[in-house]
Amino acid sequence: MVLAIGVIGGGLAAVLLRNVIHSAVAMMVCFGALAGTYALLGAPIVAAAQVLIYLGAISVLILFAIMLTQAGDANLPVPFQRQAPIAAIVALLIVGVVGWALVQTPWPNGSVIVPVDLNALAAAIFNDYALPFEIVAFLLLAAIIGAIYLARRPEEDERAN
Amino acid sequence: MGLTGYLFLSLALFGIGAFGFLSRRNAIMMLICIELMLNAVNLSLVAFNAFDYYATDDAGAIFSLLIMAVAAAEATVGLALVIAIIRTRQTPEVDEYSDLKE
Repeated sequence: MVLAIGVIGGGLAAVLLRNVIHSAVAMMVCFGALAGTYALLGAPIVAAAQVLIYLGAISVLILFAIMLTQAGDANLPVPFQRQAPIAAIVALLIVGVVGWALVQTPWPNGSVIVPVDLNALAAAIFNDYALPFEIVAFLLLAAIIGAIYLARRPEEDERAN
Repeated sequence: MGLTGYLFLSLALFGIGAFGFLSRRNAIMMLICIELMLNAVNLSLVAFNAFDYYATDDAGAIFSLLIMAVAAAEATVGLALVIAIIRTRQTPEVDEYSDLKE
């Protein structure tokens, strides 16, 4: 319950705060609470991956991007666009429709949490899910090359030539 | 909390992320909101897996791990794009990227 409040509060703060750096820190709070939720749900491997990838890598990446791009926050502009009311209506519509589907579906109401069997998970990743695993590996390689190509400064080309 | 509780938590997080993505002006904030939505989906997958809804093997946990890797790739390329466009346009506001309109 505390973790759920952390998730929702962190997410709301991330979306609503004016300063981008404050938003990024609120996002980290949200991700940390989510890692705790994964541990509660009997998936400590997913919780560890969440801490490593999101809290460790993606948050730092976003913070670096903010520091590289923000040139002094002397006067912060209004963070929302004029279409914010329409965006709120659309988001509420999505939540309403999916929530209605959630209420209508007869879910099994057992509350027993089955923990993840780590040995079975490892065997499944490298046998049944080997192809998605390899595709993800290739995608990460492509992303590295693409990020280097995109973030390179144009002047470095001229100096190299 | 049972399965529905976690699903509603995931739905609320997704709604927050969708609202932020549609309404924020800063390009980096839009990427943060995409991450929030991806995490909401991950939470629902792990919840389905924990309550043994659809499979006996741990497909939900595996899917969420793969989604995390894809999200990392997306964040790298997205942030590189944002840095490149901010370097050329000198502003992170997406409203200002209107060259094609003129």
